Amino acid sequence: MDQAVAAKEQVAAADAAVLDIRGLRTEFRIGGQWHAAVRDLSLALRANETLAIVGESGSGKSVTALSALRLLPSAGARIAAGAVMFDGRDLTKLSEAEMSDVRGNAIAMIFQEPMTSLNPTMAIGDQIAEAIVIHRGAAWSSARAQALRLLDEVKIPAAATRLDDYPHQFSGGMRQRVMIAMALACRPQVLLADEPTTALDVTIQAQVLRQLAELKRAYGMAVLFITHNLGVVAQIADRVAVMYAGEIVEAASVADLFARPTHPYTAALLRAMPRVDRDAAGLEPIPGGVPALTAMPTGCFFAPRCPLRQASCTAQHPELLRFPNGHEVRCPVVLAEAAR
Amino acid sequence: MMTARNEGLEVRDLRKSFVIGGGLLRRAAATIRAVNGVSFRVAPGESLGLVGESGCGKSTIARSILRLMELDAGSVTFDGIDVRAASRVVLRQLRQRMQIVFQDPYSSLNPRRTVRQALEEPLRVHRRGSSREIAEKAQAAIAEVGLPKDVVDRYPHEFSGGQRQRIGIARALVLDPDLIIADEPVSALDVSVQAQILRLLEGLRARRRLSFLFVSHDLGVVRHFCDRLAVMYLGRIVEEGRTADVLDRPMHPYTRLLRDSSPLPDPGARIALPAFAGEAPSPAAPPPGCPFHPRCDRADPKCREELPAIRSLAENRLGACHHPMTASCEHTAASS
Repeated sequence: MDQAVAAKEQVAAADAAVLDIRGLRTEFRIGGQWHAAVRDLSLALRANETLAIVGESGSGKSVTALSALRLLPSAGARIAAGAVMFDGRDLTKLSEAEMSDVRGNAIAMIFQEPMTSLNPTMAIGDQIAEAIVIHRGAAWSSARAQALRLLDEVKIPAAATRLDDYPHQFSGGMRQRVMIAMALACRPQVLLADEPTTALDVTIQAQVLRQLAELKRAYGMAVLFITHNLGVVAQIADRVAVMYAGEIVEAASVADLFARPTHPYTAALLRAMPRVDRDAAGLEPIPGGVPALTAMPTGCFFAPRCPLRQASCTAQHPELLRFPNGHEVRCPVVLAEAAR
Repeated sequence: MMTARNEGLEVRDLRKSFVIGGGLLRRAAATIRAVNGVSFRVAPGESLGLVGESGCGKSTIARSILRLMELDAGSVTFDGIDVRAASRVVLRQLRQRMQIVFQDPYSSLNPRRTVRQALEEPLRVHRRGSSREIAEKAQAAIAEVGLPKDVVDRYPHEFSGGQRQRIGIARALVLDPDLIIADEPVSALDVSVQAQILRLLEGLRARRRLSFLFVSHDLGVVRHFCDRLAVMYLGRIVEEGRTADVLDRPMHPYTRLLRDSSPLPDPGARIALPAFAGEAPSPAAPPPGCPFHPRCDRADPKCREELPAIRSLAENRLGACHHPMTASCEHTAASS
């Protein structure tokens, strides 16, 4: 991408952010003390864009989404700092009643396991219609008709005959499509998708990913897509934020991130991933593991596992820096090298 | 440490059905043919990958080889010994030579037992030496899987997923097996840890000349670890051959669909799926003819009527397809 386009994109980002997370810090209480699970996290999500957050377990990617939706457990977790701007309001300041009017309405969500979000004792047509009645005040008959249209739209075969079926009568892939139909019911501006294809077989995953991409365009939605799978990121994302130990360590457009992975963690993750299209003689594990919330190292959190570690890395915690290549990267060592 | 050269694992025409439904809810009972005539061989020192989507029967095969589940029909021989006909005494000996590693070692480790107890138990059960020898053996296994010595007195909950899988592997190793059946051993792990465990298994395989039956849904992992690959669909093997050959030049359309659906970390290679890729039919009501025909762009009337038998399609390649693909078909499929 040339620089003019990049500059234009930055301007657009500032203008058109639908959901703007600023300086988010989310903490959990462990052993009587508060520890940050997400720190200093800023993300601007634009309309008609899929922003993927990728990270391993414990990276804080799901906590970020739950914080934005205010779905953290009421005890033992808190948003300690930051703002989540949506539609001119800071969601972190809303009352629970105001928030539940936003959730499932202007901001919808889908999760890994649809069975935990669907009511097993209610026909799926009724579940979708109920959301439309509650949030949009529609009449029951028109809500049912919309439910049918939505099931058609997510390509449930013979949808008219399945409105009165219960969740257990659907396959895993079809259940996730039902969840997507339900999420779309109120024409959301933002869709938060937390590992929505992780429990699916790969052939079904590919279909659901394609469908989400089509729906994003059709609805002009801003999609925040959370996953641990770099392959899935490459398939679905327009922009990518890589998280490690509660922080963004690299952010870039999807093409740039995979062409020039810049943070040592991003590069190491790609070297650790076995690929179906090539013999991976050079599969390189990342030594060690993610630090515990209660035992974050001083300095850079990735330093203990980093192949480029220098003495300075363990002394001072790095900031997220803008690189000449347009990436944002939390690594002064790589920046110094790039400047040389 | 090793026993003399063995003849490996051979399974022939395995069959296993389950009956679902019936009972209190009075739904019609249905028979699911989970494994429907599967044959393969794992040579000594070889690693065979068994891949397929959920419900294809791959885990049922893994469990039935060890008789953790009884088969309906077929034969399993290990080093020339008939596993299904084995007496209790013979089975006990066989189980020392064939070990299993599960996806989630946490569910197979007793939470109230220390790592030491978990590792020493199989050695005691099989009376493998004095207490001191057994303790040394357990310590050696812990070192071999890359864990520090002092973990032996800790409990399973104190470990991360990757460390637990190392413990699961150490427990499989203490009896010096010839064959390890690994059922999705790295599927629950993060990518960085997954690569650690794959590298560990590779090292063990080379050093101990272990054979592996490696069950997985992840073609990338299988490409990395397995010499040969068997692709399953609805209880049957539909293609088998050398891993890289099969993935680079699939001859069965299902293998191609599975490969092309596996996401690559490359936004320039986004998946272009055939419009009718669809879902696998219920194994309780498989379609007539070739079970893959409703999802296949190459299906013709013969495919709808006649079940293709598995046969040799090329050198080192078996497949069950009336119209196997050649290099030129691959090209047309990619451009359509």
